[in-house]
Amino acid sequence: MYQILKQIIKTGIKTETPPQVDESMRVDTQRLQQEILDVFGGALAIRQVDAGSCNGCELEIHAVNNAYYNIEGMGIKFVASPRHADLLLVTGPVSRHMEIALKRTYDATPDPKLVVAIGDCACDGGIFGESYASCGKVSNVIPVDVVVSGCPPAPTAILQGILTAISARKP
Amino acid sequence: MPIKHPNLKLTRLTDALPAWTGEIGPDDLHEICRQVHDGGGRLVALWGSDTRQQDRGFQLHVLLLNETGMVCLNVQLSAEQPVYPDISQIFPAASRMQRATYDMLGIYAQEGHDHRKWVRHGAWHSGSFPLRKDFDAAASRTDEADAYPFVQVEGQGVHEIPVGPVHAGIIEPGHFRFSIIGERVLRLEERLGYVHKGIEKRFESMSLQQGAKLAGRVSGDSTVAYAWAYAMAAESIAKVTPPSRALWMRALLLERERVANHLGDLGYLGNDVALAFGFAQFWILKEQVLRNNAALFGHRYLMDTIAPGGVAVTLSAEGKRVIEAECAMLEQQVRILRGIYDEHAGVQDRFIGTGVVTPKLAAQLGLCGLAGRASAQAWDARVQFACAPYDKLDVQMSTYRNGDVASRAIVRFGELFESLRLQREILVNLIHEDEAPAALAKLPPNGFGIGMVEGWRGEVMVAIHTDAQGNLTRVHPHDPSWQNWPLLEHAIIDNIVPDFPLINKSFNLSYSGQDL
Ligand code: SF4
Repeated sequence: MYQILKQIIKTGIKTETPPQVDESMRVDTQRLQQEILDVFGGALAIRQVDAGSCNGCELEIHAVNNAYYNIEGMGIKFVASPRHADLLLVTGPVSRHMEIALKRTYDATPDPKLVVAIGDCACDGGIFGESYASCGKVSNVIPVDVVVSGCPPAPTAILQGILTAISARKP
Repeated sequence: MPIKHPNLKLTRLTDALPAWTGEIGPDDLHEICRQVHDGGGRLVALWGSDTRQQDRGFQLHVLLLNETGMVCLNVQLSAEQPVYPDISQIFPAASRMQRATYDMLGIYAQEGHDHRKWVRHGAWHSGSFPLRKDFDAAASRTDEADAYPFVQVEGQGVHEIPVGPVHAGIIEPGHFRFSIIGERVLRLEERLGYVHKGIEKRFESMSLQQGAKLAGRVSGDSTVAYAWAYAMAAESIAKVTPPSRALWMRALLLERERVANHLGDLGYLGNDVALAFGFAQFWILKEQVLRNNAALFGHRYLMDTIAPGGVAVTLSAEGKRVIEAECAMLEQQVRILRGIYDEHAGVQDRFIGTGVVTPKLAAQLGLCGLAGRASAQAWDARVQFACAPYDKLDVQMSTYRNGDVASRAIVRFGELFESLRLQREILVNLIHEDEAPAALAKLPPNGFGIGMVEGWRGEVMVAIHTDAQGNLTRVHPHDPSWQNWPLLEHAIIDNIVPDFPLINKSFNLSYSGQDL
C-alpha cells in the first residue's frame, strides 16, 4: 500500500484542459435541442460500438480514459448497455455482419440519443470502402450527428467530437 | 532441406527468412503434414486461390514451419471438384482455416469433422464465394436468416449465456456462448466473423502502395508487424533487400509497437482485478510512448511508416536522445510497477491459476506467440529465424511454464524489458549514411513471396501472389489469433464466468485480424 501511495503522489496530476467544441464536425444541425442538454444534465453515458473497425480507433477511445484526457473527470463515462446510454460512439466501416447488431443497438438506446462516428472509416468508409462485406460509412446504417475524421483520430479530436455533440447548437 | 518426400521438389525463395515452396498433388498432403508434425513442426497458415483463368484450377496453400524454416505447399485442385484431404486431425488449428477457405473460395476439405460456415454469416449467399475471380458482389446480397448450429450442452442444471456481438466494454465484436453450471463454465464456444469487411478481396484491386496501407490496417494494434510482413513478401518477389538503415528502423518501430501494447495490456490486467491504480499508471506510460511516436514519426501508432523497399520515416540525433530518455524512464517506472503487482495479494490471487493452458495442450493445439511462450512453447521468429537486423541483436526469449494469467503477465513484463534493451541497441547501430532507398513501384509477374514478423501478439504472416502483369492477384494476411482463439475456449473451462474478461484480456486476441 505504501508503494502505491508513494507512486500516486510522485505521479501527480496529468490531466490536461479539454479541447474546445468544433461546430464543423456537426453533420446534422437539426437534431439537438437545448432541452436534450437539460435532460443529460452534467453527466453523459456513452456506449461504444465497434461496427467493423481495424481496432485502431478503439485504441484511441481507450486512450481518452487515461489520466491525460481523463474523460471521466468531465462526468462522461462508458457504460455496458445501450439502454444506459445517451450517446453511441461508433467506429469502423459498418461490416455487413454488424449491420443488424448496430441497428439493434441504436434502437435499444433510449431517446433522445446522439451518435458520433469516429474515424475515417466511420465518416466515409475509409480504406475499406463499400463492398460485398462492408456497408461503408456509419450514416449508411443509422443517423449520425457528429463525425470525427482521422485514422485513427487523436484522443483530443474524439473528445472534441463528443463535446461538440452535446454542446448547444449555435443559433 | 526442411522436408524430404519423393514427390516434393522444393524451390528456395529469395526471402529474408529461410523459405521454400513446392507443388504437390492432394494425395501427398497428409504424409508431408504428418512428417512435419512428428518432427515438432507447426502449421502457420492455410489459404486458397482461384487460378482457373490460368487453367490451373484452384490452389490450396499450406504454410508449414519447422526449425529449419518455412515451406509453402501449393496443392493443385481441379476446377470442377476442388477438394483436398482434411488436415485438422494432424494440425487442429487447420479446422477454422479450412472452414473459412470454403466460405471464401468454395474449396473443400474432405472428411473434415466440422463443416459449419466460419466467416460467412448472412451477408452473402451460401454457394457464392467472394474470392473467386468471377464473384458478383451485387448478386451476392442476401437477407438469408443467419442460422448457426452451436454445440448444445445438456444435463441437469446446465444453462447458456450468450454474449455479444456487441460487448460490454470498448472491445471488438464477437459472440461467445457459455454453457455453465452455477458460475462454473463447462464449455465456451466462440463465433467470430462479425468484422469481416472484405480485406482480401480489396487487396485484389489495389496497387502495391495502396496494399501497404491496407496491410497496416488489418489489425490496428499490429500495424508495424503487418506492414513489415507485407513489405518483406513484396521484397522477396522483387528480389531486393532494403538498405540496412531501413531494416534497423523497422526493428525500432516494431519494438516500440510491442512496448506500447504490453504497457496497455498490463494496465488493463490491473484494471480487470479492480486495481484501477494499475490502469492509470501504465496508461500514463503508454501515452508518453505514443506522444513520442507522434512527435518523431508522425503517427501515434506508427501507421504508414514502413513502405515496400524501405521506410517512410527517419530519426534525427535529437530523436535518438528522446527515445533513449524514454527507455530509461520506462525501465525505472515499470520496475516499480512490477514490484507493486508482484506484492499485491489481490492481483496475485486473481492472476495465479486462472485461465490455465498447460504446455501439453498448447503443443497439441499449436498455441503460438506471447500466449504460447507463457505455456512453454519456445517459438519466437526473432530468435529462430533472426532476419536482419535481429541476427545482430541476440534476442532473449521470455518463456514461462504455468500457462495462467500470471504467466502471460510475466511474459509481457519480460518482453517489455527486452524490447527496451533492443531499442537501445538499435539506436547504437542506427547510423545515418545516405543510402538510396530502393523504392519498390511494381512487382515482377507471376511472383510469390512470404513475409513473417514476430509481432507483439505472435507471428504475423503476409503472402503475396502476383499475376501475369505483376499486379496483386491474391494477398493473404494471417494473424496469430487464428491459432490462439481455440485455446481460449479451453482456458476458460472450470473457471467462473466473471473471470472471463480477465482471461480474455490476458490473451488479447485480434478479431479484425482474423475476420478479415
Ligand atoms: S479509421 Fe483508420 S484506425 Fe479507424 S478503423 Fe478505420 S482504418 Fe482503423
